[in-house]
Amino acid sequence: MLGTAVKTPALWVGVLFAALLVGMPALSPLFAAAFPGIRPEIFDRAAFPELFLSHLGLVAAASAAATVTGVALAVFVTRPAGRDFRTIANLLATVGQTFPPAAVLALAVPALGFGPRPTIVALFLYGLLPILENAMAGLDGVPGTVREAARGMGLSPWQILRDVELPLAAPVILAGVRVSVTIGIGTATIGSTVGALTFGTPIFDGLAGNKLPYVLQGAVLVALFAIVTDLLFALLARRLRVPGA
Amino acid sequence: MIEIDAVSKSYDGRAVVRDLTLTVPAGALCVLLGPSGCGKSTTLRMINRLVPFDSGAIRVNGEDVLGVATETLRRRIGYAIQSTGLFPHWRVADNIATVPRLLDWRPERVRDRVDELLTLLRLDPAIYAGKFPHQLSGGEQQRVGVARALAADPDILLMDEPFAAVDPITRDALQSELARIHQATGKTIVFVTHDIEEALRLATVIAIMERGRLAQLGTPLEIVEQPASDFVRDFVGVQGIGLKLLSVRRVGERVRRGETAAGAAIGAEASLADALGAMIARRADRLPVADERGETVGAVTLADLVR
Repeated sequence: MLGTAVKTPALWVGVLFAALLVGMPALSPLFAAAFPGIRPEIFDRAAFPELFLSHLGLVAAASAAATVTGVALAVFVTRPAGRDFRTIANLLATVGQTFPPAAVLALAVPALGFGPRPTIVALFLYGLLPILENAMAGLDGVPGTVREAARGMGLSPWQILRDVELPLAAPVILAGVRVSVTIGIGTATIGSTVGALTFGTPIFDGLAGNKLPYVLQGAVLVALFAIVTDLLFALLARRLRVPGA
Repeated sequence: MIEIDAVSKSYDGRAVVRDLTLTVPAGALCVLLGPSGCGKSTTLRMINRLVPFDSGAIRVNGEDVLGVATETLRRRIGYAIQSTGLFPHWRVADNIATVPRLLDWRPERVRDRVDELLTLLRLDPAIYAGKFPHQLSGGEQQRVGVARALAADPDILLMDEPFAAVDPITRDALQSELARIHQATGKTIVFVTHDIEEALRLATVIAIMERGRLAQLGTPLEIVEQPASDFVRDFVGVQGIGLKLLSVRRVGERVRRGETAAGAAIGAEASLADALGAMIARRADRLPVADERGETVGAVTLADLVR
């Protein structure tokens, strides 16, 4: 049991994350000693589990949309009919990534109002490029002989995509989603500047009110969240690996 | 039977196949032979419509290939290619089962067929069915590629330089395997190669192509003995013509019936080149000859080979 836990860092980092999430108030003596004079010692405008669920929801919604859009676009531009659109798709995704999320937030708020929606839009645009690029690379990487054999045996284009191309491209696509989601978890914190509840909320409150413990609490939790997610993706990647690759 | 009737194909105005007419009779092993760029591979791929043709008609067992849905057509025709194109994420059994599953065979029937084919290709199902392609040697992969092409028991098999990427010893073994399977199953096989030795060894009929046209159609013996043009003569090769003749003539043609000799018998279907090789290896000038049932029918001598 202990051996498994040590070999599976996702497990013990996950346990640590969960413990801090629910048990942060128990650490108030520690913060009181380290930062005398700051009351309350623990951020209390919202409970940490509540921040987590909201943060998770934002990233999940944005990443799910970015994954569906990115993979669908990659599939389209790697078909004969969509080949001409490849440059444009790439360009749009690059623009999405180079445009700072803070600027997207600023532009999106007038249209979408305060709250989670502009954050989801910003995360979606920011996260699209790694997924699109990896999905295109993954689909391009399917050996020509394999595709040729599949056609020659009478698989339909849809069957070739579903049974051959996507499974073979899956590890590369997953690597893109992993990068996108991990970056998204960090980036989502700025959503708190436009009223979304995230681990950024204690960070920005702490910065505004000069309360360092809140910054620390938010930062540690968001970092652990990102690490746990990354480790979970590593587990998933092992399962999707193509034999021999 | 495959009928290719006045078929032409060009890419961007460059003619690759020009007015090609060729009939492959049922049960033949027809080798399309020629230098690279002669259109042999394109011709093969037009039969199962991987390449669309511009004009003419192709009929398979009397049926116009354009009158059948492409996927249906391809599932009826076995297809094996160089470097196999095996699906790396599927086990050997699943690779072989590809077309039977597309045709919705019952799982038990698929399993039986996979075992049968692995056995036919001399791969033990207990060992190989569960392996992934990367765990196989090049020759084993190629065997699985052939098994996969045969899976749904198609009348017709198309093979595009299937043995070009393996080492000479493995290639030799695979060629023997294919000859054996062709004899055992009576399939119509169209086989593309640029290797004259391979063509002479396997073909019942050879179609030599030159710049998209048919340069000569004939048995291996006719191609070697009566080349129709300078191109064919040059391609078949002036040098070593004697040895090529040895490789296209069968021991059965020279056998002295009723006579005997010491040692293991050579098959009547073996080439004279094989017989010569066996004599040299055994330091013998006489070999017993056996028919396909393994019964000794006579003997062949060194002098008979050069008669």
